[in-house]
Amino acid sequence: MNKTENNKAWFLVLPVVILVAFSAVIPLMTVVNYSVQDIFGPGQRFFVGDEWFRETLRDPRLHEAFLRQLLFTGTILAIQIPLGIAIALTLPTKGWGVSACLVLLALPLLMPWNVVGTIWLIFARTDIGLAGWSLAQLGIDFNFTGDPLHAWITVVVMDVWHWTPLVVLLCYSGLRAIPDAFYQAAQVDGAGAWAVFRYIQLPKLTGVLTIAVLLRFMDSFMIYTEPFVLTGGGPGNSTTFLSQFLATAAVGRFDIGPAAAFSIIYFLFILLFSWLFYTAITRISTGTR
Amino acid sequence: MRYAFGKIALVFYLLLLMLPIYWLIVTSLQTNAQILGSFDLFPPDPTLANFTRILTDRTWYEGYINSLTYVGLNVVISLSVALPAAYAFSRYKFIGDKHMFFWLLSNRMAPAAVFLLPFFNLYSTVGLFDTHIAVALAHCLFTVPLAVWILEGFMSGVPKEIDETAYIDGYSFPRFFVFIFMPLIKAGIGVTAFFCFMFSWVELLLARTLTSVNAKPIAVTMTRTVGAAGIDWGTLAAAGVLTIVPGAIVIWFVRNYIAKGFALGRV
Repeated sequence: MNKTENNKAWFLVLPVVILVAFSAVIPLMTVVNYSVQDIFGPGQRFFVGDEWFRETLRDPRLHEAFLRQLLFTGTILAIQIPLGIAIALTLPTKGWGVSACLVLLALPLLMPWNVVGTIWLIFARTDIGLAGWSLAQLGIDFNFTGDPLHAWITVVVMDVWHWTPLVVLLCYSGLRAIPDAFYQAAQVDGAGAWAVFRYIQLPKLTGVLTIAVLLRFMDSFMIYTEPFVLTGGGPGNSTTFLSQFLATAAVGRFDIGPAAAFSIIYFLFILLFSWLFYTAITRISTGTR
Repeated sequence: MRYAFGKIALVFYLLLLMLPIYWLIVTSLQTNAQILGSFDLFPPDPTLANFTRILTDRTWYEGYINSLTYVGLNVVISLSVALPAAYAFSRYKFIGDKHMFFWLLSNRMAPAAVFLLPFFNLYSTVGLFDTHIAVALAHCLFTVPLAVWILEGFMSGVPKEIDETAYIDGYSFPRFFVFIFMPLIKAGIGVTAFFCFMFSWVELLLARTLTSVNAKPIAVTMTRTVGAAGIDWGTLAAAGVLTIVPGAIVIWFVRNYIAKGFALGRV
Protein backbone atom coordinates (compact mmCIF):
# COMPACT_ATOMS: atom_id res chain seq x y z
CA MET A 1 0.00 0.00 0.00
CA ASN A 2 1.35 3.45 -0.84
CA LYS A 3 1.29 5.49 2.31
CA THR A 4 0.69 9.20 2.70
CA GLU A 5 3.50 11.21 4.16
CA ASN A 6 2.17 12.87 7.28
CA ASN A 7 4.17 13.67 10.39
CA LYS A 8 1.01 14.37 12.39
CA ALA A 9 0.67 10.58 12.55
CA TRP A 10 3.10 10.86 15.45
CA PHE A 11 0.20 12.00 17.59
CA LEU A 12 -1.47 8.63 17.03
CA VAL A 13 1.71 6.81 18.02
CA LEU A 14 2.33 9.01 21.03
CA PRO A 15 0.32 6.97 23.60
CA VAL A 16 2.35 3.88 22.70
CA VAL A 17 5.60 5.83 22.95
CA ILE A 18 4.72 7.15 26.39
CA LEU A 19 3.57 3.76 27.67
CA VAL A 20 6.53 1.82 26.32
CA ALA A 21 8.89 4.55 27.49
CA PHE A 22 7.53 4.09 30.99
CA SER A 23 7.68 0.31 30.91
CA ALA A 24 10.88 -0.13 28.86
CA VAL A 25 13.08 2.96 28.56
CA ILE A 26 13.06 4.04 32.21
CA PRO A 27 13.81 0.50 33.46
CA LEU A 28 16.51 0.05 30.85
CA MET A 29 18.15 3.32 31.83
CA THR A 30 18.02 2.20 35.45
CA VAL A 31 19.86 -0.96 34.44
CA VAL A 32 22.51 1.10 32.68
CA ASN A 33 22.80 3.21 35.81
CA TYR A 34 23.25 0.16 38.03
CA SER A 35 25.75 -1.43 35.72
CA VAL A 36 28.37 1.29 36.17
CA GLN A 37 27.97 1.89 39.90
CA ASP A 38 28.62 0.06 43.13
CA ILE A 39 25.64 0.60 45.39
CA PHE A 40 25.78 -0.02 49.13
CA GLY A 41 22.65 1.85 50.11
CA PRO A 42 20.81 5.14 49.60
CA GLY A 43 23.35 7.89 48.96
CA GLN A 44 26.28 5.51 49.05
CA ARG A 45 27.17 4.76 45.49
CA PHE A 46 30.42 4.85 43.57
CA PHE A 47 31.12 5.02 39.91
CA VAL A 48 33.04 1.91 38.92
CA GLY A 49 33.10 2.22 35.13
CA ASP A 50 33.31 -1.04 33.26
CA GLU A 51 34.34 -3.12 36.26
CA TRP A 52 31.07 -5.06 36.48
CA PHE A 53 31.19 -5.75 32.76
CA ARG A 54 34.71 -7.14 32.99
CA GLU A 55 33.84 -9.17 36.07
CA THR A 56 30.68 -10.56 34.48
CA LEU A 57 32.37 -11.52 31.25
CA ARG A 58 35.04 -13.41 33.20
CA ASP A 59 32.57 -15.21 35.47
CA PRO A 60 32.97 -18.97 34.84
CA ARG A 61 29.41 -19.66 36.06
CA LEU A 62 28.14 -17.32 33.36
CA HIS A 63 30.22 -19.06 30.71
CA GLU A 64 28.74 -22.38 31.79
CA ALA A 65 25.19 -21.02 31.74
CA PHE A 66 25.81 -19.52 28.31
CA LEU A 67 27.17 -22.78 26.90
CA ARG A 68 24.24 -24.70 28.40
CA GLN A 69 21.90 -22.18 26.83
CA LEU A 70 23.51 -22.57 23.40
CA LEU A 71 23.42 -26.35 23.67
CA PHE A 72 19.79 -26.30 24.75
CA THR A 73 18.71 -23.91 22.00
CA GLY A 74 20.66 -25.92 19.40
CA THR A 75 19.11 -29.18 20.58
CA ILE A 76 15.52 -28.00 20.57
CA LEU A 77 15.92 -26.30 17.17
CA ALA A 78 17.40 -29.48 15.70
CA ILE A 79 14.41 -31.47 16.96
CA GLN A 80 11.53 -29.02 16.63
CA ILE A 81 12.12 -27.69 13.13
CA PRO A 82 12.37 -31.04 11.24
CA LEU A 83 9.63 -32.58 13.40
CA GLY A 84 7.40 -29.55 12.84
CA ILE A 85 7.84 -29.72 9.06
CA ALA A 86 7.14 -33.47 9.05
CA ILE A 87 3.96 -33.13 11.10
CA ALA A 88 2.76 -30.17 9.02
CA LEU A 89 3.10 -32.31 5.88
CA THR A 90 0.85 -35.02 7.34
CA LEU A 91 -1.91 -32.63 8.42
CA PRO A 92 -5.15 -32.97 6.46
CA THR A 93 -5.96 -30.15 4.04
CA LYS A 94 -9.75 -30.30 4.07
CA GLY A 95 -12.70 -31.55 6.06
CA TRP A 96 -13.46 -31.48 9.77
CA GLY A 97 -10.04 -32.96 10.56
CA VAL A 98 -8.31 -29.63 9.84
CA SER A 99 -10.05 -27.79 12.65
CA ALA A 100 -9.76 -30.71 15.05
CA CYS A 101 -6.00 -30.99 14.46
CA LEU A 102 -5.47 -27.23 14.76
CA VAL A 103 -7.33 -27.12 18.07
CA LEU A 104 -5.39 -30.05 19.52
CA LEU A 105 -2.08 -28.63 18.30
CA ALA A 106 -2.76 -25.19 19.72
CA LEU A 107 -3.66 -26.45 23.18
CA PRO A 108 -0.10 -26.62 24.62
CA LEU A 109 0.66 -23.14 23.25
CA LEU A 110 -2.14 -21.53 25.24
CA MET A 111 -1.11 -22.96 28.58
CA PRO A 112 0.45 -20.88 31.34
CA TRP A 113 4.17 -21.66 31.37
CA ASN A 114 4.28 -22.67 34.98
CA VAL A 115 1.45 -25.14 34.31
CA VAL A 116 3.56 -26.64 31.50
CA GLY A 117 6.23 -27.23 34.14
CA THR A 118 3.66 -28.64 36.57
CA ILE A 119 2.23 -31.00 33.96
CA TRP A 120 5.66 -32.45 33.27
CA LEU A 121 6.47 -32.59 36.97
CA ILE A 122 3.38 -34.75 37.48
CA PHE A 123 3.96 -36.69 34.26
CA ALA A 124 7.65 -37.53 34.74
CA ARG A 125 7.82 -38.52 38.39
CA THR A 126 8.44 -42.19 38.92
CA ASP A 127 5.98 -42.52 41.80
CA ILE A 128 2.91 -40.79 40.36
CA GLY A 129 3.74 -39.96 36.74
CA LEU A 130 2.72 -41.99 33.73
CA ALA A 131 6.03 -41.47 31.88
CA GLY A 132 8.27 -41.93 34.90
CA TRP A 133 6.33 -44.97 36.08
CA SER A 134 6.40 -46.58 32.63
CA LEU A 135 10.16 -46.05 32.38
CA ALA A 136 10.62 -47.56 35.82
CA GLN A 137 8.54 -50.59 34.76
CA LEU A 138 10.83 -50.99 31.75
CA GLY A 139 13.71 -51.25 34.16
CA ILE A 140 15.22 -47.83 33.46
CA ASP A 141 16.38 -46.07 36.59
CA PHE A 142 14.90 -42.71 35.66
CA ASN A 143 15.32 -39.84 38.10
CA PHE A 144 15.07 -36.32 36.70
CA THR A 145 15.58 -34.63 40.05
CA GLY A 146 18.87 -36.39 40.75
CA ASP A 147 20.55 -37.24 37.48
CA PRO A 148 21.70 -34.21 35.41
CA LEU A 149 21.36 -36.09 32.11
CA HIS A 150 17.81 -37.20 32.92
CA ALA A 151 16.90 -33.69 34.03
CA TRP A 152 18.31 -32.34 30.79
CA ILE A 153 16.36 -34.83 28.67
CA THR A 154 13.15 -34.07 30.55
CA VAL A 155 13.53 -30.32 29.98
CA VAL A 156 14.24 -30.85 26.26
CA VAL A 157 11.26 -33.21 25.87
CA MET A 158 9.08 -30.71 27.68
CA ASP A 159 10.14 -27.88 25.40
CA VAL A 160 9.62 -30.04 22.31
CA TRP A 161 6.15 -30.93 23.58
CA HIS A 162 5.37 -27.30 24.34
CA TRP A 163 6.65 -25.53 21.21
CA THR A 164 6.73 -27.98 18.27
CA PRO A 165 3.02 -27.22 17.62
CA LEU A 166 4.02 -23.62 16.88
CA VAL A 167 6.44 -24.76 14.16
CA VAL A 168 3.73 -27.09 12.82
CA LEU A 169 1.14 -24.30 12.66
CA LEU A 170 3.57 -21.89 10.97
CA CYS A 171 4.63 -24.49 8.39
CA TYR A 172 1.04 -25.50 7.83
CA SER A 173 -0.01 -21.96 6.97
CA GLY A 174 3.04 -21.77 4.67
CA LEU A 175 2.03 -25.00 2.93
CA ARG A 176 -1.56 -23.83 2.48
CA ALA A 177 -0.30 -20.77 0.61
CA ILE A 178 1.20 -22.88 -2.22
CA PRO A 179 -1.12 -22.71 -5.25
CA ASP A 180 -2.48 -26.03 -6.59
CA ALA A 181 -0.96 -25.25 -10.00
CA PHE A 182 2.49 -26.00 -8.57
CA TYR A 183 1.46 -29.53 -7.59
CA GLN A 184 -0.27 -30.10 -10.93
CA ALA A 185 2.87 -29.05 -12.78
CA ALA A 186 4.90 -31.43 -10.60
CA GLN A 187 2.50 -34.26 -11.40
CA VAL A 188 2.80 -33.58 -15.14
CA ASP A 189 6.57 -33.73 -14.78
CA GLY A 190 6.25 -37.00 -12.89
CA ALA A 191 7.91 -35.73 -9.72
CA GLY A 192 7.98 -38.07 -6.74
CA ALA A 193 7.03 -37.14 -3.20
CA TRP A 194 10.61 -36.23 -2.29
CA ALA A 195 11.07 -34.08 -5.39
CA VAL A 196 7.82 -32.25 -4.61
CA PHE A 197 9.05 -31.60 -1.10
CA ARG A 198 12.57 -30.62 -2.08
CA TYR A 199 11.80 -28.38 -5.07
CA ILE A 200 8.31 -27.02 -4.34
CA GLN A 201 7.36 -27.18 -0.67
CA LEU A 202 10.70 -26.48 0.98
CA PRO A 203 11.56 -23.38 -1.11
CA LYS A 204 8.05 -22.02 -0.51
CA LEU A 205 8.45 -22.61 3.20
CA THR A 206 11.65 -20.57 3.52
CA GLY A 207 9.75 -17.51 4.73
CA VAL A 208 7.78 -19.15 7.52
CA LEU A 209 10.75 -21.31 8.48
CA THR A 210 12.90 -18.20 8.97
CA ILE A 211 10.24 -16.81 11.27
CA ALA A 212 9.92 -20.15 13.07
CA VAL A 213 13.67 -20.53 13.62
CA LEU A 214 14.12 -16.97 14.88
CA LEU A 215 11.06 -17.11 17.14
CA ARG A 216 12.14 -20.40 18.64
CA PHE A 217 15.71 -19.15 18.96
CA MET A 218 14.74 -16.03 20.83
CA ASP A 219 12.02 -17.57 22.98
CA SER A 220 14.23 -20.47 24.00
CA PHE A 221 16.93 -17.96 24.86
CA MET A 222 14.54 -16.42 27.35
CA ILE A 223 13.21 -19.68 28.82
CA TYR A 224 12.69 -19.37 32.55
CA THR A 225 9.42 -20.56 34.03
CA GLU A 226 9.19 -24.13 32.74
CA PRO A 227 12.59 -25.40 33.94
CA PHE A 228 12.19 -23.32 37.11
CA VAL A 229 9.03 -25.23 38.00
CA LEU A 230 10.24 -28.61 36.76
CA THR A 231 13.81 -28.81 38.03
CA GLY A 232 14.47 -25.46 39.71
CA GLY A 233 17.66 -25.27 37.64
CA GLY A 234 19.10 -28.38 39.20
CA PRO A 235 20.35 -30.90 39.99
CA GLY A 236 23.32 -28.69 40.73
CA ASN A 237 23.25 -26.09 37.99
CA SER A 238 22.70 -28.54 35.15
CA THR A 239 19.49 -26.94 33.86
CA THR A 240 20.17 -23.31 34.84
CA PHE A 241 19.79 -21.26 31.66
CA LEU A 242 20.59 -17.58 31.14
CA SER A 243 17.31 -16.09 32.37
CA GLN A 244 17.39 -18.13 35.53
CA PHE A 245 21.03 -17.27 36.12
CA LEU A 246 20.12 -13.60 35.84
CA ALA A 247 17.01 -13.85 38.02
CA THR A 248 18.99 -15.61 40.75
CA ALA A 249 21.75 -13.01 40.63
CA ALA A 250 19.38 -10.03 40.62
CA VAL A 251 16.62 -11.05 43.01
CA GLY A 252 18.07 -14.03 44.82
CA ARG A 253 21.57 -12.76 45.70
CA PHE A 254 20.85 -9.07 45.01
CA ASP A 255 24.17 -8.62 43.17
CA ILE A 256 22.78 -5.56 41.45
CA GLY A 257 25.89 -4.33 39.65
CA PRO A 258 26.97 -7.57 37.95
CA ALA A 259 23.35 -8.51 37.28
CA ALA A 260 22.77 -5.18 35.55
CA ALA A 261 25.93 -5.51 33.48
CA PHE A 262 24.88 -8.98 32.47
CA SER A 263 21.35 -7.71 31.65
CA ILE A 264 22.79 -5.23 29.18
CA ILE A 265 24.95 -7.81 27.44
CA TYR A 266 21.99 -10.21 27.30
CA PHE A 267 19.71 -7.49 25.94
CA LEU A 268 22.17 -6.43 23.23
CA PHE A 269 22.51 -10.04 22.15
CA ILE A 270 18.73 -10.44 21.84
CA LEU A 271 18.52 -7.07 20.08
CA LEU A 272 20.88 -8.32 17.39
CA PHE A 273 18.61 -11.28 16.72
CA SER A 274 15.51 -9.09 16.81
CA TRP A 275 17.09 -7.08 14.04
CA LEU A 276 17.71 -10.22 12.00
CA PHE A 277 14.09 -11.22 12.61
CA TYR A 278 12.84 -7.79 11.58
CA THR A 279 14.91 -7.78 8.40
CA ALA A 280 13.72 -11.29 7.51
CA ILE A 281 10.08 -10.48 8.22
CA THR A 282 10.01 -7.22 6.26
CA ARG A 283 11.70 -8.90 3.30
CA ILE A 284 9.11 -11.64 3.32
CA SER A 285 6.20 -9.22 3.40
CA THR A 286 7.59 -7.02 0.63
CA GLY A 287 8.55 -10.04 -1.44
CA THR A 288 12.19 -9.11 -2.04
CA ARG A 289 14.27 -12.12 -1.21
CA MET B 1 0.45 -46.50 1.45
CA ARG B 2 2.50 -43.37 2.10
CA TYR B 3 -0.72 -41.55 2.83
CA ALA B 4 -1.77 -44.09 5.45
CA PHE B 5 1.67 -43.92 7.06
CA GLY B 6 1.35 -40.14 7.36
CA LYS B 7 -2.05 -40.47 9.00
CA ILE B 8 -0.77 -43.00 11.53
CA ALA B 9 2.22 -40.79 12.36
CA LEU B 10 -0.08 -37.79 12.84
CA VAL B 11 -2.49 -39.66 15.11
CA PHE B 12 0.45 -41.02 17.10
CA TYR B 13 1.91 -37.51 17.50
CA LEU B 14 -1.41 -36.03 18.59
CA LEU B 15 -1.82 -38.84 21.13
CA LEU B 16 1.63 -38.10 22.57
CA LEU B 17 0.71 -34.42 22.67
CA MET B 18 -2.45 -35.09 24.63
CA LEU B 19 -1.01 -37.69 27.01
CA PRO B 20 0.54 -35.30 29.59
CA ILE B 21 -2.64 -33.20 29.62
CA TYR B 22 -4.73 -36.32 30.09
CA TRP B 23 -2.52 -37.33 32.98
CA LEU B 24 -2.95 -33.93 34.61
CA ILE B 25 -6.74 -34.36 34.44
CA VAL B 26 -6.54 -37.92 35.80
CA THR B 27 -4.42 -36.70 38.72
CA SER B 28 -6.81 -33.85 39.44
CA LEU B 29 -9.71 -36.28 39.78
CA GLN B 30 -8.09 -38.34 42.54
CA THR B 31 -7.41 -37.82 46.21
CA ASN B 32 -3.80 -37.72 47.35
CA ALA B 33 -4.10 -41.17 48.90
CA GLN B 34 -5.25 -42.58 45.55
CA ILE B 35 -2.56 -40.72 43.60
CA LEU B 36 0.26 -41.99 45.79
CA GLY B 37 -1.30 -45.32 46.72
CA SER B 38 -2.19 -47.05 43.49
CA PHE B 39 -1.31 -46.57 39.85
CA ASP B 40 -4.29 -46.43 37.49
CA LEU B 41 -4.64 -45.33 33.90
CA PHE B 42 -8.20 -44.31 34.62
CA PRO B 43 -9.26 -42.85 37.96
CA PRO B 44 -11.06 -45.79 39.65
CA ASP B 45 -13.18 -43.53 41.81
CA PRO B 46 -13.19 -40.01 40.31
CA THR B 47 -13.82 -37.21 42.74
CA LEU B 48 -14.29 -33.48 42.29
CA ALA B 49 -13.06 -32.75 45.81
CA ASN B 50 -9.91 -30.98 44.58
CA PHE B 51 -11.91 -28.62 42.39
CA THR B 52 -14.41 -27.95 45.16
CA ARG B 53 -11.56 -27.05 47.50
CA ILE B 54 -10.14 -24.49 45.07
CA LEU B 55 -13.46 -22.91 44.20
CA THR B 56 -14.57 -22.53 47.81
CA ASP B 57 -11.29 -21.52 49.46
CA ARG B 58 -10.81 -17.76 49.35
CA THR B 59 -7.01 -17.90 49.24
CA TRP B 60 -7.26 -20.12 46.17
CA TYR B 61 -9.94 -18.49 44.07
CA GLU B 62 -8.57 -15.04 44.83
CA GLY B 63 -5.52 -16.02 42.81
CA TYR B 64 -7.74 -16.50 39.77
CA ILE B 65 -9.52 -13.21 40.37
CA ASN B 66 -6.17 -11.39 40.70
CA SER B 67 -4.84 -12.95 37.51
CA LEU B 68 -8.00 -12.18 35.56
CA THR B 69 -8.01 -8.60 36.88
CA TYR B 70 -4.51 -7.70 35.74
CA VAL B 71 -4.92 -9.60 32.47
CA GLY B 72 -8.18 -7.73 31.80
CA LEU B 73 -6.58 -4.36 32.60
CA ASN B 74 -3.68 -5.24 30.35
CA VAL B 75 -5.94 -6.08 27.39
CA VAL B 76 -7.83 -2.79 27.76
CA ILE B 77 -4.66 -0.69 28.03
CA SER B 78 -2.89 -2.50 25.19
CA LEU B 79 -5.80 -2.22 22.77
CA SER B 80 -6.56 1.41 23.51
CA VAL B 81 -3.00 2.58 22.87
CA ALA B 82 -2.27 0.11 20.05
CA LEU B 83 -5.31 0.87 17.87
CA PRO B 84 -4.37 4.46 16.93
CA ALA B 85 -0.68 3.57 16.65
CA ALA B 86 -1.37 0.63 14.34
CA TYR B 87 -3.54 2.88 12.20
CA ALA B 88 -0.70 5.40 11.91
CA PHE B 89 1.77 2.67 10.93
CA SER B 90 -0.58 1.16 8.35
CA ARG B 91 -1.64 4.45 6.71
CA TYR B 92 1.06 7.06 7.06
CA LYS B 93 4.72 7.58 6.48
CA PHE B 94 6.34 9.71 9.13
CA ILE B 95 9.80 10.52 10.41
CA GLY B 96 11.24 7.51 12.17
CA ASP B 97 8.32 5.18 11.52
CA LYS B 98 10.46 2.17 10.66
CA HIS B 99 12.75 2.69 13.65
CA MET B 100 9.73 3.02 15.90
CA PHE B 101 8.26 -0.20 14.54
CA PHE B 102 11.51 -2.06 15.13
CA TRP B 103 11.92 -0.60 18.60
CA LEU B 104 8.49 -1.98 19.54
CA LEU B 105 9.49 -5.40 18.26
CA SER B 106 12.71 -5.36 20.26
CA ASN B 107 10.59 -5.00 23.41
CA ARG B 108 8.58 -8.08 22.54
CA MET B 109 11.86 -9.95 22.23
CA ALA B 110 13.46 -8.57 25.39
CA PRO B 111 13.98 -11.18 28.11
CA ALA B 112 11.70 -10.47 31.05
CA ALA B 113 14.56 -11.29 33.43
CA VAL B 114 16.42 -8.18 32.23
CA PHE B 115 13.59 -5.96 33.49
CA LEU B 116 13.07 -7.77 36.75
CA LEU B 117 15.09 -5.60 39.07
CA PRO B 118 14.36 -2.16 37.54
CA PHE B 119 10.62 -2.96 37.45
CA PHE B 120 10.73 -3.92 41.08
CA ASN B 121 12.45 -0.62 41.95
CA LEU B 122 10.35 1.51 39.62
CA TYR B 123 6.99 0.24 40.83
CA SER B 124 8.07 0.38 44.45
CA THR B 125 9.16 4.01 44.00
CA VAL B 126 5.88 5.13 42.43
CA GLY B 127 3.93 3.17 45.04
CA LEU B 128 2.39 0.67 42.66
CA PHE B 129 4.09 -2.43 44.02
CA ASP B 130 1.65 -5.29 44.66
CA THR B 131 -1.17 -3.74 42.67
CA HIS B 132 -2.95 -5.15 39.64
CA ILE B 133 -2.12 -2.11 37.54
CA ALA B 134 1.62 -2.64 38.09
CA VAL B 135 1.51 -6.12 36.60
CA ALA B 136 -0.78 -4.92 33.79
CA LEU B 137 1.68 -2.12 32.92
CA ALA B 138 4.67 -4.43 33.14
CA HIS B 139 3.01 -6.90 30.78
CA CYS B 140 2.38 -4.05 28.33
CA LEU B 141 6.10 -4.39 27.61
CA PHE B 142 5.35 -7.34 25.35
CA THR B 143 1.59 -7.11 24.70
CA VAL B 144 1.63 -3.57 23.26
CA PRO B 145 4.23 -4.37 20.55
CA LEU B 146 2.34 -7.58 19.80
CA ALA B 147 -0.96 -5.69 19.52
CA VAL B 148 0.52 -2.99 17.27
CA TRP B 149 2.11 -5.56 14.96
CA ILE B 150 -0.97 -7.79 14.65
CA LEU B 151 -3.40 -4.87 14.24
CA GLU B 152 -1.17 -3.26 11.62
CA GLY B 153 -1.38 -6.49 9.61
CA PHE B 154 -5.17 -6.50 9.73
CA MET B 155 -5.50 -2.76 9.02
CA SER B 156 -3.27 -2.95 5.96
CA GLY B 157 -5.84 -5.37 4.54
CA VAL B 158 -8.53 -2.64 4.53
CA PRO B 159 -8.41 -0.58 1.32
CA LYS B 160 -7.44 3.02 1.78
CA GLU B 161 -10.35 4.20 -0.40
CA ILE B 162 -12.69 3.54 2.53
CA ASP B 163 -10.87 6.14 4.64
CA GLU B 164 -10.87 8.68 1.85
CA THR B 165 -14.57 8.20 1.07
CA ALA B 166 -15.47 8.64 4.73
CA TYR B 167 -13.45 11.86 5.00
CA ILE B 168 -15.16 13.23 1.85
CA ASP B 169 -18.51 12.35 3.42
CA GLY B 170 -17.59 14.66 6.27
CA TYR B 171 -16.60 12.18 8.96
CA SER B 172 -14.11 13.45 11.52
CA PHE B 173 -11.22 11.15 12.32
CA PRO B 174 -12.47 9.91 15.70
CA ARG B 175 -16.01 9.25 14.38
CA PHE B 176 -14.67 7.50 11.29
CA PHE B 177 -12.31 5.40 13.36
CA VAL B 178 -14.85 4.24 15.92
CA PHE B 179 -17.97 3.82 13.77
CA ILE B 180 -16.60 2.75 10.40
CA PHE B 181 -13.05 1.50 10.72
CA MET B 182 -13.24 -0.51 13.93
CA PRO B 183 -16.27 -2.57 12.82
CA LEU B 184 -14.32 -3.42 9.62
CA ILE B 185 -11.45 -4.95 11.55
CA LYS B 186 -13.41 -6.43 14.45
CA ALA B 187 -12.04 -9.91 13.73
CA GLY B 188 -8.54 -8.45 14.02
CA ILE B 189 -9.39 -6.68 17.27
CA GLY B 190 -10.77 -9.94 18.66
CA VAL B 191 -7.64 -11.85 17.71
CA THR B 192 -5.40 -9.14 19.15
CA ALA B 193 -7.36 -9.06 22.41
CA PHE B 194 -7.04 -12.81 22.61
CA PHE B 195 -3.27 -12.72 22.16
CA CYS B 196 -2.79 -9.94 24.70
CA PHE B 197 -4.89 -12.01 27.08
CA MET B 198 -2.91 -15.14 26.40
CA PHE B 199 0.57 -13.68 26.67
CA SER B 200 -0.31 -11.89 29.87
CA TRP B 201 -2.03 -15.00 31.26
CA VAL B 202 0.93 -17.33 30.66
CA GLU B 203 3.62 -15.01 32.06
CA LEU B 204 4.82 -15.72 35.55
CA LEU B 205 8.23 -14.17 36.19
CA LEU B 206 7.17 -10.48 36.19
CA ALA B 207 3.81 -11.16 37.81
CA ARG B 208 5.53 -13.02 40.60
CA THR B 209 8.17 -10.36 41.22
CA LEU B 210 5.77 -7.41 41.24
CA THR B 211 3.25 -8.84 43.69
CA SER B 212 3.33 -10.10 47.25
CA VAL B 213 -0.13 -10.41 48.79
CA ASN B 214 -2.92 -8.28 47.37
CA ALA B 215 -2.41 -8.96 43.69
CA LYS B 216 -0.87 -12.42 43.90
CA PRO B 217 -1.54 -14.32 40.65
CA ILE B 218 -2.82 -17.88 40.54
CA ALA B 219 0.53 -19.15 39.29
CA VAL B 220 2.11 -18.09 42.58
CA THR B 221 -0.76 -19.46 44.64
CA MET B 222 -0.01 -22.81 43.01
CA THR B 223 3.39 -22.93 44.71
CA ARG B 224 1.52 -23.07 48.03
CA THR B 225 0.69 -26.73 47.45
CA VAL B 226 4.25 -27.55 48.48
CA GLY B 227 3.90 -27.97 52.23
CA ALA B 228 5.73 -29.57 55.11
CA ALA B 229 3.88 -32.83 54.48
CA GLY B 230 5.03 -32.99 50.84
CA ILE B 231 3.19 -31.77 47.78
CA ASP B 232 -0.58 -31.69 47.58
CA TRP B 233 -0.66 -33.27 44.12
CA GLY B 234 -4.42 -33.43 43.69
CA THR B 235 -4.97 -29.73 44.37
CA LEU B 236 -1.94 -28.73 42.27
CA ALA B 237 -3.28 -30.71 39.30
CA ALA B 238 -6.79 -29.32 39.73
CA ALA B 239 -5.42 -25.74 39.83
CA GLY B 240 -3.45 -26.53 36.66
CA VAL B 241 -6.56 -27.82 34.89
CA LEU B 242 -8.44 -24.64 35.83
CA THR B 243 -5.72 -22.41 34.36
CA ILE B 244 -6.01 -24.21 31.02
CA VAL B 245 -9.76 -23.53 30.86
CA PRO B 246 -9.66 -19.93 29.49
CA GLY B 247 -7.42 -21.00 26.61
CA ALA B 248 -9.47 -24.13 25.96
CA ILE B 249 -12.73 -22.16 25.76
CA VAL B 250 -11.65 -19.69 23.09
CA ILE B 251 -9.32 -22.01 21.19
CA TRP B 252 -12.01 -22.93 18.65
CA PHE B 253 -12.54 -19.31 17.62
CA VAL B 254 -8.89 -18.50 17.17
CA ARG B 255 -7.68 -21.79 15.64
CA ASN B 256 -6.92 -20.21 12.25
CA TYR B 257 -5.10 -17.26 13.80
CA ILE B 258 -2.73 -18.99 16.22
CA ALA B 259 0.20 -19.02 13.78
CA LYS B 260 -0.53 -15.40 12.84
CA GLY B 261 -0.55 -14.29 16.45
CA PHE B 262 2.76 -15.92 17.34
CA ALA B 263 4.42 -14.66 14.16
CA LEU B 264 3.24 -11.11 14.95
CA GLY B 265 0.66 -11.08 12.17
CA ARG B 266 3.23 -11.84 9.48
CA VAL B 267 2.15 -15.28 8.21
